[in-house]
Amino acid sequence: MVDVQYRFRSDEPVADPAVTVDSFGEQTNAAAVRIEPGDDARDLLPFLDRLQLVEVNFPVFGDGRGYSAARILREAGYQGELRAVGDVLVDQIAYMRRCGFDAFAPDVPLEPADAEAAWNRYGDVYQPTVDGRSAIWAKRHG
Amino acid sequence: MKILTGNDLKSGAVTWWTGVEWSLHVEDAVDVGDNADTVLAREQAARRVTGAYAIDATRDAAGIRPAHIKERIRALGPTVRPDLTLKPADPEAGNWVI
Amino acid sequence: MYKYDQYDQAMVDARVEEFRDQVRRRLEGHLSEEAFRPLRLMNGLYLQLHAYMLRVAIPYGTLSGAQMRMLGHIADKYDRGYGHFTTRQNIQYNWIKLEEAPDILADLASVEMHAIQTSGNCIRNTTSDQYAGAAADELVDPRPYAELIRQWSTFHPEFSFLPRKFKMAVIASDTDRAAMRLHDIGIQIVRNAAGDLGAAFYVGGGMGRTPMIAPCINSFVPLDQFITYAEACLRVYNRHGRRDNKYKARIKILVHELGKDEYTRQVEAEFAHLLTQNIEPPTAELERIKAQFVDPPFETGLSDEIDRSDPDFALWVDNNTVAHKAPGYAVAVISLKPVGAIPGDASGDQIRVMADLAERYSFDELRVTHAQNIVLPHVRKADLYALWQVLDANGLATANLDQIGDIIACPGLDYCTLANARSIPIAQKISERMAAREQEIGELKLKISGCINACGHHHAGHIGILGVDRKGIENYQLLLGGSEGADCSLGTITGPGFDESGIVDAVERVTNRYLSERQQGERFLDTYRRIGMAPFKEAIYG
Repeated sequence: MVDVQYRFRSDEPVADPAVTVDSFGEQTNAAAVRIEPGDDARDLLPFLDRLQLVEVNFPVFGDGRGYSAARILREAGYQGELRAVGDVLVDQIAYMRRCGFDAFAPDVPLEPADAEAAWNRYGDVYQPTVDGRSAIWAKRHG
Repeated sequence: MKILTGNDLKSGAVTWWTGVEWSLHVEDAVDVGDNADTVLAREQAARRVTGAYAIDATRDAAGIRPAHIKERIRALGPTVRPDLTLKPADPEAGNWVI
Repeated sequence: MYKYDQYDQAMVDARVEEFRDQVRRRLEGHLSEEAFRPLRLMNGLYLQLHAYMLRVAIPYGTLSGAQMRMLGHIADKYDRGYGHFTTRQNIQYNWIKLEEAPDILADLASVEMHAIQTSGNCIRNTTSDQYAGAAADELVDPRPYAELIRQWSTFHPEFSFLPRKFKMAVIASDTDRAAMRLHDIGIQIVRNAAGDLGAAFYVGGGMGRTPMIAPCINSFVPLDQFITYAEACLRVYNRHGRRDNKYKARIKILVHELGKDEYTRQVEAEFAHLLTQNIEPPTAELERIKAQFVDPPFETGLSDEIDRSDPDFALWVDNNTVAHKAPGYAVAVISLKPVGAIPGDASGDQIRVMADLAERYSFDELRVTHAQNIVLPHVRKADLYALWQVLDANGLATANLDQIGDIIACPGLDYCTLANARSIPIAQKISERMAAREQEIGELKLKISGCINACGHHHAGHIGILGVDRKGIENYQLLLGGSEGADCSLGTITGPGFDESGIVDAVERVTNRYLSERQQGERFLDTYRRIGMAPFKEAIYG
């Protein structure tokens, strides 16, 4: 189990082991699930009320399906922890947060100074997503 | 023979392994035999070269000749801009590539 | 032209610092080449055959004089005195040093330019009609829509690690000058029966290994929803595009494998969902951008007369100027294809001359074309002769627009690590061989790629040439009958390939056959479509 290096929420972390998307529907007491790149995040939408932790695995950083999975869950109203795990690199974490991730468990821990710079690099963003930041166009037309 | 080539990390210049360092000139290249992987790993880790790999070459009267045309163009420079190659004063230099 | 506000400027300035930091980490050993590679690529920095190569974005091909001058400055200060204009309306420099790349980006940012997303598996620089805002036949200026796409696609958090690169083009006239249907998404701004403007979406086109012409998946998306629709197209692709094989990872394969109808169904479902998310910029934002693309203050009452007493000038006017929407004005095209030269290359001095001319004669505007030429979009007809004289004195007055010497060629094996064969020497030899008969031949678009990736658009050439590697020897295949325009078609291979001199001979034989077969008013492409491949094959292979 890789450690969670960053967590941007104050509730107690869920200790349950994450199960696969396939088995989550049947395991009616499960609260944690792990999404692999080929999984359909929408399969989880019927179960949002009991879902408390979603791990999204990035086996290689170049496989960007996890970004869509994260946004789809947040767009559907998922409020629990959304954790990026795997090949999570410092140059991707800002994008991940914008897609709704609020916890990060990289295989190789990030350099804290680099991560700090990455979170704060861009003061404004062109697109509204699910992170609550206003798009630049919203600021322009206040 | 097997020779090693790559690019200088900072300048991007094409370089060739001489046995002790990286040279701009393919004629300085040495046969690395079975040692390619060891040298490549060490030199890339030390950031003296990037994107390096081993290629086949032969030695003839004119010097060392990489087996593939792509490596010969790398060794010389763009055939369509002789002025920017390593042999700007030699109008016949491009023929070596083909 | 679009001017950055403080938000746009802050974005490119932050990017410079981010890249400076990434380069520092690479040089200090904190980043492996493997981790650095996608980062530098997303900033247009390649490791090419001879050095690093930097590709600079020229959004929808539009530039001011100051921006163009900066491109010349970069050519001289950081490169070897020249740049190469590409088939995606960008410019690339072939001899860049990694340690200087952040300084180049800082120089670019000082004139509202960048290299963001000029490579990588992300949404690339959006291209458009090079005559936008000047063409007599356009419905509206397509560039405000392209600018809106530029902003939406810049650092898009969901779509920066797509299965493969993603190219978009926007046009607004029925004459397609941007190869719109050969893009991952091509958008044509159209007007419906009710008189409203909308966006027709063509998805899944492209060249490369498996060329495809994009089908129209929605003929009218309202303009206050078109970013949301694009987002839906991209999300379906990001989730379901193939990632197991890089040669099957482009959206055209997804659309082909799912079928147009199923892909469209999925997009429409995603679109319906995304409409609930309020991600579309407000109409006020589109209006803000449009206001920056209003016509320059054209003079009225100008004469359309041109003094044609200098025959060289008259030839250039006939070949290299295009009808303008304003009376008394013309669109002037500067050919970067002198006989025997390298297609698309321009020296720092030439770039500065073009910058000066734009300021003096074209309301401070230039365009880059996908055919690797430069356009001065708004020139008074009365100024054309003075303009031409300066061009002529600087090797920029070749009168061959869309003729056989106006060859599109990728950099090929002279510069590119992906190439299998050289492209430029073939272009040079054909241009020299055919120069004397260019006028007689008329419109003939010849396009050369040095590998199957098709950066030289060989599938879309009236005559196309594809360089391949045959056991370490350069070999060239010939294709006939392609077109990138509204009559979009893909070329067909004639038969066995040729060596370097053989391909030049074959092009000449094909051209001779056309001349002997053509009927009144036919272009090469028209004759080919009328008589088919057989007579040309016979001419080539006997």
